[in-house]
Amino acid sequence: MSAEPIILAQDLTKHYRVALKEESLLATLRHFLLRQYRTVKAVEGVSFQIARGEVVGFLGPNGAGKTTTLKMLTGLIHPTRGKAVVAGHIPWRREKAFLKKITLVMGNKQQLIWDLPALDTFRLNAAIYDIPEGEFRKRVSELSEMLSLTNKLHQPVRKLSLGERMKAELLAALLHRPEVLFLDEPTLGLDVNAQVAVREFIREYNRRYGATVLLTSHYMADIAALAERVLVIHQGRLLYDGPLAGLLERFAPYREVGLTLAYPLPREAFLAFGEVRDLEGLKARLLVPRERLTERVAEILKSLPVEDLEVREPPLEEVIARVYKIAPSGLSETPALEEA
Amino acid sequence: MRKAKTLLAVYLAYMLEYRAELFLWALAGALPLILLGVWTEAARGGEFALSPGEFARYFLMVFLVRQATVVWVVWEFERDMVEGRLSFRLLRPLDPFFDHLAAHVAERLARLPFVVLLTLLFFWLFPEARFVPEPGPFLLGFLFTLLAFLLRYLMQYTTAMLTFFTERAVSVEEVFFLLYLFLSGTIAPLEVFPEPLRTLALLTPFPYLVYLPAALLAGQKVDLFPGVWVMLFWGVAFLLLWRLLWRMGLRHYSGQGA
Repeated sequence: MSAEPIILAQDLTKHYRVALKEESLLATLRHFLLRQYRTVKAVEGVSFQIARGEVVGFLGPNGAGKTTTLKMLTGLIHPTRGKAVVAGHIPWRREKAFLKKITLVMGNKQQLIWDLPALDTFRLNAAIYDIPEGEFRKRVSELSEMLSLTNKLHQPVRKLSLGERMKAELLAALLHRPEVLFLDEPTLGLDVNAQVAVREFIREYNRRYGATVLLTSHYMADIAALAERVLVIHQGRLLYDGPLAGLLERFAPYREVGLTLAYPLPREAFLAFGEVRDLEGLKARLLVPRERLTERVAEILKSLPVEDLEVREPPLEEVIARVYKIAPSGLSETPALEEA
Repeated sequence: MRKAKTLLAVYLAYMLEYRAELFLWALAGALPLILLGVWTEAARGGEFALSPGEFARYFLMVFLVRQATVVWVVWEFERDMVEGRLSFRLLRPLDPFFDHLAAHVAERLARLPFVVLLTLLFFWLFPEARFVPEPGPFLLGFLFTLLAFLLRYLMQYTTAMLTFFTERAVSVEEVFFLLYLFLSGTIAPLEVFPEPLRTLALLTPFPYLVYLPAALLAGQKVDLFPGVWVMLFWGVAFLLLWRLLWRMGLRHYSGQGA
């Protein structure tokens, strides 16, 4: 990591006050006259640094604190405690120079003007971000080509498909060529082809312009394809900060062995070799401890009617699920298990 | 300058997508034209400060002033807040105040043909309202219409800032609207108000939003002072309040809905 991180979060904390209300008429009246509140600790003492040009995946279940962290880093909300510096600015001061260096794309929200062609929103953004006319044309042409969107720019946004709309959203958000991209579920709801296209575009954008990307996604394929480093947040606390491979090592100390058999066998036949995750007809999927993999594979080949055998990393979804499962009891007191 | 031009061009294109709605919105502001009929009839049979012709001209100008000063920013701001779109506006290096202002000005331009059409229709229906304005007072009236729009926009935008704290700032605006309706001269010109009420009304910002520009445009004799100072006072007061609530609001904002 370079000496000067482009994103620095130190003890970043956000507590919300949420009004409490029970069901029933009496509770409603009480709520109307005298409100009671409780404090929700959305983000609690999160610290990390991201170097210029890095692509970092931000993982966590719903309500873990991902979006709240992004909102603090983009200056939308003030933290309860802690410090953040993004591209040399304190985000919540909302200086114009800062706003011109960052962008936030939210997969579930759109900034495009619904009834007008996307090009009108781009033109509006170009004026707001002080992009000269010539430069504006050049950037639209370049980005629309990268996104395969060239012939869709003149169609009203409402006539675009979901995938095309997200591409246009990305174009609108990147027109001012931000240095830092905060992408919150950019592939949400997209079909597989559109997901791949968006993913490819983000990778290419990062490569071409050296932009820093902090990306949240529920699709592990996004994270696996784009991010070498991941931050895992759960219940507002950072559980892991390090390489994606390290996350697998730490939370998935096993490999997945896929078997194709010559004839079906009962579940009991596999128990001696590992944990049976799936068994259907001639196909079986076992989890085998990593340190005993060679030995177990040899035993399997010797004892079972194997026609084909494949050793894989376990799916990232399962690993993450394990992280969250372990977290409440064992890890929540640890701000970060591993430093990058 | 390019920023303002592009904002206007894009928002004008957006407003023109709603041609039918624009006509209906213009028509929905026809209350003064109904009151025109009522007051002209009343003036024919009673003793009033204005003649039937003066009433007709006044209410026609009220109609035009209201068309030129209609503001809905509090509804927009509240919707943006509830639907989570405010975050996008906050992420741009442009204060949403100017963004919404540009949309309002563009809407005014898009609405203009319908307003002209309705005015011609009412000139035909109420011939006593026809008159040739004197250029001086008319230009002054035009200037005060512009100022009235800016003051009304500023007042409502300040109310919109309450959305940061209540999410239902529209309710506050509805209370304001009631005061606006009675004290602005929309229902009746200030000449027919009882003296104490008239004095009181002139201390509030409301008569400067409708009565003053409409009376100037209609060619009535109106004292500009001390009204201009009162208008200035409210302008500065709302400006300061807007900035204060904006700063407090941003600290309070939780990015809800996004």
